[in-house]
Amino acid sequence: MNVLNLFILIPVLTMISIILAKEIRYVRVIAAIGMGCQLVLAAVLIFTYLAIRRAGNTDEMVLTQTLNWFPSLNITYAIGVDGISVAMIGLTSIVIFAGIFASWEVSDLTKEFFVSLILLSTGVFGFFISLDLFTMFLFYEVAVIPMYLLIGIWGSGPKEYSAMKLTIMLMGGSALLLVGILGIYFYSASDGGPLTFNILQIAKVHIPLVVQKFFFPFTFIGFGVLGALFPLHTWSPDGHASAPTAVSMLHAGVLMKLGGYGCFRIAMFLLPEAAHEMAWIFIILTATSVVYGAFGAIMQKDLKYINAYSSVSHCGLVLFALLMMNKTAMDGAIIQMISHGIMTALFFALIGMIYGRTHTRYIDEMGGLMKIIPFLAVCYVIGGLASLGLPGFSGFVAEMTIFVGAFQHADTFHRIVTIVVCSSIVITAVYILRVIGILLLGPIKNNNFLSFKDATWFEKISTVTLIAGITGIGLAPLWLSNMISGSLSHIIERLTM
Amino acid sequence: MIDFSYTILIPLIPFFMFVFLGLAGWKFKPMVSGILGTTGLFVAALLSYYTAFEYFFHTEKILGAYQKLTGFNTVWLQLTDKLHIDLGVLLDPISVMMLVVITTVSFMVHLYSLGYMKGDTGFVRFYSFLSLFSFSMLGLVVATNIFQMYIFWELVGVSSYLLISYYYDKPTAVAAGKKAFIVTRFADLGFLIGILLLSWLTGTFDFKTLTGAHSPVITQGAGVAFMGLSLMTWSLILVFIGGAGKSAMFPLHIWLPDAMEGPTPVSALIHAATMVVAGVYMVARLFPIYFMAPGAGAGLEVVAYVGAFTSLFAAVIACTQFDIKRVLAYSTMSQIGYMMLALGVSGYGGHEGLGFMASMFHLFTHAMFKALLFLGAGAIIHAVHSNVMQDMGGLRKYLPITHITFLIACLTIAGVPPFSAFWSKDEILAAAFHHNKLLFLVEYIVAGLTAFYMFRLYFNVFWGKEKQYHHTPHEAPFTMTIPLMILAVASIFTGFIPFSKLVTSDGVAFASETEMMIAIPSVVIGLLGIGIAWLLYKKESSLPDRIAAGLGGFHKWAYNKFYFDEIYLFVTKKLIFARISRPIAWFDRHIVDGSMNGIAWVTTTTSEKIKGLQSGQLQQYGFVFISGAIILALVFGYLLIF
Repeated sequence: MNVLNLFILIPVLTMISIILAKEIRYVRVIAAIGMGCQLVLAAVLIFTYLAIRRAGNTDEMVLTQTLNWFPSLNITYAIGVDGISVAMIGLTSIVIFAGIFASWEVSDLTKEFFVSLILLSTGVFGFFISLDLFTMFLFYEVAVIPMYLLIGIWGSGPKEYSAMKLTIMLMGGSALLLVGILGIYFYSASDGGPLTFNILQIAKVHIPLVVQKFFFPFTFIGFGVLGALFPLHTWSPDGHASAPTAVSMLHAGVLMKLGGYGCFRIAMFLLPEAAHEMAWIFIILTATSVVYGAFGAIMQKDLKYINAYSSVSHCGLVLFALLMMNKTAMDGAIIQMISHGIMTALFFALIGMIYGRTHTRYIDEMGGLMKIIPFLAVCYVIGGLASLGLPGFSGFVAEMTIFVGAFQHADTFHRIVTIVVCSSIVITAVYILRVIGILLLGPIKNNNFLSFKDATWFEKISTVTLIAGITGIGLAPLWLSNMISGSLSHIIERLTM
Repeated sequence: MIDFSYTILIPLIPFFMFVFLGLAGWKFKPMVSGILGTTGLFVAALLSYYTAFEYFFHTEKILGAYQKLTGFNTVWLQLTDKLHIDLGVLLDPISVMMLVVITTVSFMVHLYSLGYMKGDTGFVRFYSFLSLFSFSMLGLVVATNIFQMYIFWELVGVSSYLLISYYYDKPTAVAAGKKAFIVTRFADLGFLIGILLLSWLTGTFDFKTLTGAHSPVITQGAGVAFMGLSLMTWSLILVFIGGAGKSAMFPLHIWLPDAMEGPTPVSALIHAATMVVAGVYMVARLFPIYFMAPGAGAGLEVVAYVGAFTSLFAAVIACTQFDIKRVLAYSTMSQIGYMMLALGVSGYGGHEGLGFMASMFHLFTHAMFKALLFLGAGAIIHAVHSNVMQDMGGLRKYLPITHITFLIACLTIAGVPPFSAFWSKDEILAAAFHHNKLLFLVEYIVAGLTAFYMFRLYFNVFWGKEKQYHHTPHEAPFTMTIPLMILAVASIFTGFIPFSKLVTSDGVAFASETEMMIAIPSVVIGLLGIGIAWLLYKKESSLPDRIAAGLGGFHKWAYNKFYFDEIYLFVTKKLIFARISRPIAWFDRHIVDGSMNGIAWVTTTTSEKIKGLQSGQLQQYGFVFISGAIILALVFGYLLIF
């Protein structure tokens, strides 16, 4: 059996066991074991993939499998991976593993919570292994819908409003996306043969430029909503602020990456000429996101808002780099997705843990936490330093690859925009150090805080896993970068033809 | 050929020490961690001395020139086909010299801190950060390519941040660390863009390729002009901005005085001897390209004028300050200005490269005597528990060793022969004299001011009237005085090292003699400065205050550091925060998000309004149907008739 199927199977089995579990306290153990298996499996997948490549296999996708499950419309369950999807699967399994441990103390409707959470991750895994547009879209929806329940039920603050807003905006994106996918589908056989949803087959036909230009905005914006494309990012601050910890982690860490991944795997890969023609519009929008998000973060007072705006900035950088359409910049974009995914998951996990103790997220009401909860505070500083692009952490690798790659662009316009985008490294430093200074350092502001306990064992597992991820990539980035850029060759060939 | 691959250990030992102390240090007694860290640095220092000995005396010279040797190199990240970031060790005269400087001062500071930081709650943290800094700084100087330099450049920046904010429950320390990081980060943006531009023009990061004297890449980017300068010149100026930020050159200097909030040994290591000279080192590293790239002479002009201006500017401020660490901080800025100036006026090859040699020479001697000054200041602060001159006086009786070593350092910085800075400063003045008479005169003035403010400090602290102390000041323990004595010896004798034979712009030795016509007046000016300080400060009197009052506005202006902090505060708080950031945050919440909510509102309101139509009541439907029919009939009737 194809190893990729396990990525769907294990979460499904875990969900079933959770539902069948007799006692609540087994639930989280089952979830942890299931997602632990998933993490091991992801590591196995990475090694398998590298071994396949070393053996000389240069196929676009490996470990492929196709099942025709809706023959009349030629919808298939087609799966397969390349270096990029392998990397994204690795990211997802790290984040969901840490997410389970970060929500160890959920006591309200525990079963339902973990089932929804794992259902969400199933959707994400399915999305990354799919090669069929329709199946991909299906998994995409599987990932988005539980989000509504998770925020609406287990959230905090104006949770119903936020859940509604988030879901409706993402659904709006889905609607655009569906139009785009159907458009591509109906032009997928130029010679009058059977229509197909399979990406690899669509890539072989030439879709007329007019059609491409018509459908490109639909697909790109459709995924762009999820990737926090300016000005359609406003679901993000409210959504994150209301979401429970693990959901914020998964959402910012993984779900937003679906947007970036979809943008290049579907919008750019299938509609390359339109991507070339229209890139400049989106380059301006994404460059705006990068700088605008960073400036927006400076004045926020709520920890989650700060991180949400920071995500807008960092995810803007992903889309920006993709649109540069050269190998180095796109390589950087993928690394940035992974790096930001782990980093932001770490932030949201820590914010959740701090909030669980202080019951406030307003930085002005806290101070001197370094003295009280040193472990969590040090983790926060590490996350902050990674976020501002310190060498030794993954953010630096990603940003520098993007900047160098984008600057190699032959066109002066692109290089000037790159310089503008570079300036975000300073603004990022400002808001990160501001938070660290107010929140963690300085004198202790509130004496009630003195009784706090430092991190528990499950919190330590959660944060240490994520920190290991960012430092691992940050110290030895070459294998990841090679794995990704090896797979990018096919895509670049198509984009530059 | 000698195998230099072991040199990778020099940065790696502190790195492992950092990781080990950071993760496991809390398991031991603090002193054990401290001794471990110190031992690590001691080994690194021994390795550096051995490397220097082997490099300078046993490697093969080609055409009489020291070669650039690669001790170790590995690809860390492949970016494009041509561009890749390597990590490795490059050995050439300046990097080997820097290895010696850094490991020596760092070892002294480690040793000194065993006494100075004793009993501090963060002792282990302090030592692990010191190791982190040493690792980063060593990695910076041995960089084989400009991107490796940038990587370690950022790492020294963060170690500096961590150590400045070491007393993290003190808001001023936190603010100072933040300021240092953000100002240098801003400068690093220039560095980064400079690197992007430079690598785009030349297609390489590698120092060997970039700075080969006849390398074809140097001629790239000459023709393309922007605002009258070639792109190559722009890239070098941008890179220099990074260096200016790290080296606290005007106008990016504002972080350095505040950085004195960190523990004093940190100030000695990072903010006096090593990190702040990184900018000088970088310009020296790229010197061939600064000098030879077509049209890049303008870049060197910028370096020279910025350096000269900073040295004067900082010296003036140093004369007015009362916090002894701040006086030393401004003095550091002033001395680094000297080094920059020397690079800016230098030529390339043989005696033409006098300025380059002088700059490196001064960097070396400065590291020794400035570290000594700071560590001495630390011993004083340790004794009287205050940073401010007004709280001190007559300390020579209580702190005999500190007093003598401090005096040696003061004489050295004042340029009194035969102490080391006399020789190095003299070379700088000679280089300036042959290139630019205006800058030369500025440096004469600065030499006098330097002697004056240092001896103002010296007389105020060790002479003058005795103050009321909480307890009798006592001499520091031997872990602190031994480094003082070693550095004092170094300050006296390092001037006799024949730098012109070892560290030169093209690696070829040349003969340099002291030019009496320049040296004698400079000594006279120095002695004059000392004399004025002696008159004003040896006995406490009201004379200095009256002079200050006589200078009126100018003194106030200088005392307040020419209001540069206020200008920066205005730009950040009033312009960036209030005029950019806050409006963006508002715009996002109210306009962008507001329009999303607006769409939702329109949808709900409209549906709310029209939902009454679907009431399901037959009478209502009938009524609407009939009224509609009547209206239509009337309309049609009207249309038919008219």
